[in-house]
Amino acid sequence: MATLARLQARSTFLAHQYYFRNSAVDVFRKKEYDAAVKIQSWFRGCRIRAYLRYLHRVATVIQKCWRGYLGRQHYQLIVKLEFCTMKMNLYNAMAVRIQKRWRGYRIRKYCFNYFYLKEYLKAVSETNDAIRYCYQGFAILDELCDHTAWRLKRKNTTLFPVYSMLNTSSHQMCGFSMPGNLRHQEALEEFAEMKEREEKKADLEREEKKRDYQARKMHYLLSTKQIPGIYNSPFRKDPDPWELRLQKAKPLISQRPKVKQKRGVNISNRLACTSARSLPQSEILPPIDRKQCQGPFRDITEVLEQRYKPLEPTLWMAEPINELKMAREELRKQEWMRNINDNMFLPFSSYHKNKKYIPLMHSSSKYGPNSYGSQHFRDENPKKWICDKDFQTVLPSFDLFSKYGKLYSKAGQII
Amino acid sequence: MHSLTKDQSPWIPNGKEGVMSLLRPLLLDVVPTIQQTAALALGRLANYNGDLAEAVVKGDILPQLVYSLAEQNRFYKKAAAFVLRAVGKHSPQLAQAIVDCGALDTLVICLEDFDPGVKEAAAWALGYIARHNAELSQAVVDAGAVPLLVLCIQEPEIALKRIAASALSDISKHSPELAQTVVDVGAIAHLAQMILNPDSKLKRQVLSALSQIAKHSVDLAEMVVEAEIFPVVLTCLKDKDDYVKKNASTLIREIAKHTPELSQLIVNTGGVAAVTDCIGSCKGNIRLPGIMMLGYVAAHSENLAMAVIVSKAVPQLSVCLSEEPEDHIKAAAAWALGQIGRHTPEHARAVAVTNTLPVLLSLYMSTESSEDLQTKSKKAIKSILQKCTYLPALEPFLYDAPPNILKHVVGQFSKVLPHDSKARRLFVTSGGLKKVQEIKAGPGSLLQEYINSINSCYPEEIVRYYSPGYSDALLQRVDSYQPLAN
Repeated sequence: MATLARLQARSTFLAHQYYFRNSAVDVFRKKEYDAAVKIQSWFRGCRIRAYLRYLHRVATVIQKCWRGYLGRQHYQLIVKLEFCTMKMNLYNAMAVRIQKRWRGYRIRKYCFNYFYLKEYLKAVSETNDAIRYCYQGFAILDELCDHTAWRLKRKNTTLFPVYSMLNTSSHQMCGFSMPGNLRHQEALEEFAEMKEREEKKADLEREEKKRDYQARKMHYLLSTKQIPGIYNSPFRKDPDPWELRLQKAKPLISQRPKVKQKRGVNISNRLACTSARSLPQSEILPPIDRKQCQGPFRDITEVLEQRYKPLEPTLWMAEPINELKMAREELRKQEWMRNINDNMFLPFSSYHKNKKYIPLMHSSSKYGPNSYGSQHFRDENPKKWICDKDFQTVLPSFDLFSKYGKLYSKAGQII
Repeated sequence: MHSLTKDQSPWIPNGKEGVMSLLRPLLLDVVPTIQQTAALALGRLANYNGDLAEAVVKGDILPQLVYSLAEQNRFYKKAAAFVLRAVGKHSPQLAQAIVDCGALDTLVICLEDFDPGVKEAAAWALGYIARHNAELSQAVVDAGAVPLLVLCIQEPEIALKRIAASALSDISKHSPELAQTVVDVGAIAHLAQMILNPDSKLKRQVLSALSQIAKHSVDLAEMVVEAEIFPVVLTCLKDKDDYVKKNASTLIREIAKHTPELSQLIVNTGGVAAVTDCIGSCKGNIRLPGIMMLGYVAAHSENLAMAVIVSKAVPQLSVCLSEEPEDHIKAAAAWALGQIGRHTPEHARAVAVTNTLPVLLSLYMSTESSEDLQTKSKKAIKSILQKCTYLPALEPFLYDAPPNILKHVVGQFSKVLPHDSKARRLFVTSGGLKKVQEIKAGPGSLLQEYINSINSCYPEEIVRYYSPGYSDALLQRVDSYQPLAN
């Protein structure tokens, strides 16, 4: 029991001790607790930090790999692009070279060929020279050619061969490539000179003839022994050349004026003897030993005039009234004789097409120009005619004065 | 009595009524000789002047003439056709009066006559009627004259050919349709053959007819060319007769003006040289078609203009320009030179080398030139200057050109000088730079820009040296200079 008492007495002490020991611990409990917490938190922090470091390292690796991958992809794209661009530039450059050559070639060949132009201009100037020298002589050659050409034409040969011959010759002279050009030139120039000489000679001859004729007309001005002529003046040393000419000249006989043929009165067709001189003129004298006939006679010249008078038809007879028609008929007959074919006249421009000539409506339809009032002035009604022929425009000959003063008999003449 | 009237007719202008009433019954006389002489007298009266011709028309003589034309003999027909021609030649109204009384049909019938004198008289009358205007020509064509005229051309008589050719020329000159009618009958081939004929009056008419046909359109010109007239026509340019030359150059001109191909053809046959020589050998109006032909050829393209230059046409044209007295010929020469020189610098140089530009300038500036001449020379100068890079020819212009032309001259200098060092040196030594400095130009104007670009080709000192008033400026500096006090 004692222990219990002692324990109970100590119990409060125990309690106090217990409390005190517990509370003494409590004083350090916080400190220890805080210290423990600190240590633990620091340790935990270390651990976490280590873990975080690890995580960071790992994340960096992953991101590094990923970024590298992306970058490489990007880089490849850029390289590809760059390569493509370089290729395109190369192609462009090559294409430019090709186009440059092609364009130069095309312009030179198809659009403007400088050397061709030069050649052309040279050829033009050569042609011009040919024309200038050729045609200096050609002007005279031209006349000669024309005369021959026209003489040919008069013989009814066609002109076309001559013309084309001239044409080809002149084309030859004036073509672009003229090998024999110089020969032509020289030949033509020589020809031109010869022609000029001939012309001069002809001129001189004409002058001589004129002077001769004048000398013949003036032959009476020749000087005689007594009297010197005007060209042989005594004060001169030697006579004038005209004097010598006059000495050589034969005197001129004046010619009878020629009888002019009257146009239109074609009497020669009506007489048997066609020469106008076949009938004797009235100047021939009658024979001398003729017995004198009795009676008052007219003047012998008048009688002979009347006896040998050539026919003087009146104007009525000179031209027949239907001369025009007859002449037309004659012409038609001649043409019909000469015609190779009798087909109707075809118009020129469609000749080869063998088309029939389509005349104007005016002249072919019956509503053409009315000839009444312009060609004839009498109204016509053929149904009322007795016979089927129209009036002929026949003018009667009004002969009253045609024989005035030409009749042989003296009847009716007032003396 | 009728022969008396015939002889006195050239001297009776007055008393025409009395004469008509005297002559008219003689026309109805029985005796053919009296009729013929009366008709001849009428013809001569009508030929003398237009009033008498009107009196003939008013005296109602024409229907009687026309009526009897169909029936009478050839002398009467000739005389009557002579009267119709004499009346018809004075004025279109008189010609219309002749057409109205139905003379055309009878004249066409006369064209079929077998006597060449009658045909000639009828063709002459038809030609004179058709000459006045297109309606009368159309009436002549409608009467069916054209085929007969072409037949007349083929006749052997020269006078008939001449008249028929001149009638065809008068018909075809008015309009393309009439020319086409003449061509359809095949006239071109016959006309082309006759170019070779030695008779010069015939050649005149033939060439005139061909040029009237060719002038209307390209097709007609091509048809004329197809008749192979080149190079034979070029011989006509050397003919002694002036009018043959003139008509030949007119023909070539009418052909050349249509298309470049036709001009090319003419150039290829040496036509340009022939025309140039022709221009050199004649004076006055005869030259005019030749000058115009050169202008037309050169106007088509630059190759043709170069061909014209190569044919030595430019010196000839400048001779024409300086020595011709008439303004219209000078204007034509100026125009032709402008056409030649306007294409490229080569062409302009070829024109400028012959010293024509000062002549053109003087023509432009002279107060005596007509307006047409002034306009044409101004255009020529402008067009040549715009391409001219031949500086020795441009320099005189700096001195005496008016401001509007000066602008172009200075512009040309400003184009050429930056690239050519020798030209720059020459420009300075010849005093051109000095002159350019003296030009007063409004600021900002084109002229000022050109002057600036010229000035920029030279170092500053030289520009200042040549600027006006530089010597005064230097002297002022001398005055104001204080020598360093030593």
